[in-house]
Parts: sequence; C-alpha cells; structure tokens
Amino acid sequence: MTPTSIHVIAFGMIAEKIKTKELVLEYMPDTEVLLGYLYQQYPELQHTKFGIAVNKKMAVGKTVIPIGAEVALLPPFSGG
Amino acid sequence: MDRFSRQTILPGFGKLAQHKLKQAKVLVIGAGGLGSPALLYLAAAGVGTIGIVDGDRVSLSNLNRQVLFGEGDLGLNKAETAAHFLKAKYHDIKIVCIPEFITTQNIKVIFSKYDLIIDGSDNFPTRYLVNDACVLLDKPLVFGAVYQNEGQVAILNGKGHKSINYRDIFPDPPTAYEIPNCNETGVLGVLPGIIGTLQAAEAIKFITEYGDTLVDKMLFYNLLNHQSYTMELSKNPDSRKGIPSSMEALETTDYAVVCGDGDSIDWEEAFALLSKFPGGTLIDVREADELPKLEGHPHQSIPLDLLDEKHQEWLNSDLILLFCQSGVRSLKAVKILEKHFPGKKIHSISGGIEAPDSPIY
Repeated sequence: MTPTSIHVIAFGMIAEKIKTKELVLEYMPDTEVLLGYLYQQYPELQHTKFGIAVNKKMAVGKTVIPIGAEVALLPPFSGG
Repeated sequence: MDRFSRQTILPGFGKLAQHKLKQAKVLVIGAGGLGSPALLYLAAAGVGTIGIVDGDRVSLSNLNRQVLFGEGDLGLNKAETAAHFLKAKYHDIKIVCIPEFITTQNIKVIFSKYDLIIDGSDNFPTRYLVNDACVLLDKPLVFGAVYQNEGQVAILNGKGHKSINYRDIFPDPPTAYEIPNCNETGVLGVLPGIIGTLQAAEAIKFITEYGDTLVDKMLFYNLLNHQSYTMELSKNPDSRKGIPSSMEALETTDYAVVCGDGDSIDWEEAFALLSKFPGGTLIDVREADELPKLEGHPHQSIPLDLLDEKHQEWLNSDLILLFCQSGVRSLKAVKILEKHFPGKKIHSISGGIEAPDSPIY
C-alpha cells in the first residue's frame, strides 16, 4: 500500500461479485472515477445497486476521495 | 421487586425509562427470523403494547431461526402463534395480533395505532412499502435485514422530516435478479437472531433515550469474523422522488412491480413443475419474431400485450409458467395473470430464453 492508495471494502453480494472483501487501489480523485474503474473491471456491478461510503460517511453523487481514504461498497439486504 | 427490577436499577435507566417502555406502542412486521428475537426481548423488557403483523404460516424450514415456533406449530399462522406464546409468558403487557401480510390497503390503519415500527420482513416490496408509509405517516422505523452471513441495522425516520429514510440510502429498489432472498441463499439461524436482537435493543434505547442509537446511521455486522462497520447516513435529494406523494397515492402503488419482484424460478424448476402438473402451461410472452425459439418443449406463444385479453384460455391450467428474452417481461406477465387468477401457481422463468440454464443451450 502506497501513501496515495485507497482502501476499498465490500459487503454482501458486492464482495461476491468482485470476489474479494478488500481491494487496495491507486489514487482515485472521486467516487465517479472509482465507479468507472469498478464497472470496467467488474462489468457485473453495472447491474447491481449499491451505496458508497467514504471514511464512514455515505456519499451522495460525485464525492471527493481523500488520499488514504477507506471506501465502502454497500448493497441493500432484504432477508429476514 | 418486580420483573423489571434488573433494568430499573441500571444507572441511567431507572423507573422513568421503564414507564416510557410501558407507554410505548411498537409494531413488529414479520414474526420470522428477525421478528422472533425482537418480539421476545421487547415483551421481556415490558414494552406496553406490541403489535405483531404476519400473514405467513410456520413451515419446517423456518425452525432453524424462527425461535418463537416449534414442531407443534407447523402450518399455524405466525402472528397468532407468536401472540399466544407471549401472552402466556406475561400478563402485564398488551399483545395485538394481526394475522395478515402488511399491504398498501391495510398499512395506514395498522400503523396509526403504533408509535414505532420494527421491520422484520424478508423482501424488498414490503421494505419499500414500510419505509414509504413511515415517511408519509411520520413513524420512526427500526430497520434490520440479513444476507447470508451479514446483517444491517438502522433507525430511519427517527428525527421527523429531516431524518434519513431507506430511499436516501437506496433510492430505487433492486430487481429480484440482483439480490436473491434469504430462502434462496441460506442463513444460519443465529444471524437473524443477532440482528433482530439488535433491532429490539435499538427500539428500547430509542424509546427510553438511553445511550447512543443508530438514528441516521447504519450498522453492518459480519457473523463470520464479528467485524462491524457503522456509517453515517446522508440525505439524498433524489430520495423523495420514489416515495408516493400521499397515503392515497401509496394505496394505488404496486410495490411488487416497483421492485421488479415476482415469484421467479429457473428452467430446471420449471421443467420439474411441468412434469408434476400435466395440466400446466408454458407461455412465451415475446413477440412472434423474436429469436431464438424454444424447441422440443410444448408451449404457447402469446405476446405480453395480448395476455390480458386472452387470459380466459388458462382458466383451467393449474400451473402457468411464463418466459421471455431475459426475464423482465415475464415478470410483468405474472402480475397481469395474477390479477385474474389470485392463488394460482404462476411463475416467471429467471433470465428468460437467454438464461445460462436455458434449454436452447
């Protein structure tokens, strides 16, 4: 992990689709760039709805990702 | 000494908090994997009025997690069975049994009698319906849900109109294909046990203003490694778009269609059902020119647009299976035919003719 990398953690079926619970990625300036990268690497995600949190705060729309941030990919669950 | 003495002697809780619990009216939606532990602890803690709404019946595969029920309860209504059990345990609280599924038609009347809602349902159409009604009727909602070995808990709509609701997090419902439900993916009973217990804890803390609650936060919990993750929720300007403008508008909303849900099965199950029901019908709802055609399996071809007017043709079919190209139109077809034949076995085939297990391959 370099000082500029970001730490991505995935939950539920997102972790299944990207086949890991954690990713370390090179610097991404904002959530839109990150999404573009994820959709390219994991096309299945394009058909999946999920939320994004940056440093434990839910991101709405294009959100800046600070250097060294933790980004979480959060899908909805429905089971009970 | 009374049955609440161990909690009233707790520093910061006391008789005042107990009095608030006694005054509280809490509705639990679903007496299932989440509802079972939630109900047990709410009743034990002395919540004065507890409503239980569930139209489902106890089945054998429920028993690994729905700890309110036992082998002697198979086939019985869950709300009635849960109410009977809790009434026998405690004389000092009021248990209200509503042996129905929550629907757009009954939700307003049922919610009006409670001041806090706990969602222990197991499907997206109900979860979005409950969320939207909580926003429109201004009711705090203790949300809980599980997927395989993970769970989520949050208090939504806990601060009136400024607070976060479920559509701030997930504005649009996922389709049935995106996220399989609990029955399909499996679950260890202790996971909904933990999440349902957390929902009861949050409800008790919220009512009594004890400790820090998950108001406008969502907790994720992983059973396999005990990792938890709590995030602060944010208001989404798009969230209001999906919520009906009024309770009258909500009453005419079809949440099953909104959520792209339906009773879907795969091709293997479809052929298994067809061999079990010789009077069953398989229908291709695509337009006449769409390819590839299904060959080697008897079926009818009726485009979606004509399904409504031709529905009489299937009056005597005890099973109707519908497929299209990718499984989207056949879900709509299920809804069309269900209106004419409530209770009939009608399924859409997941993924349609292009599904990986389709007989064309």
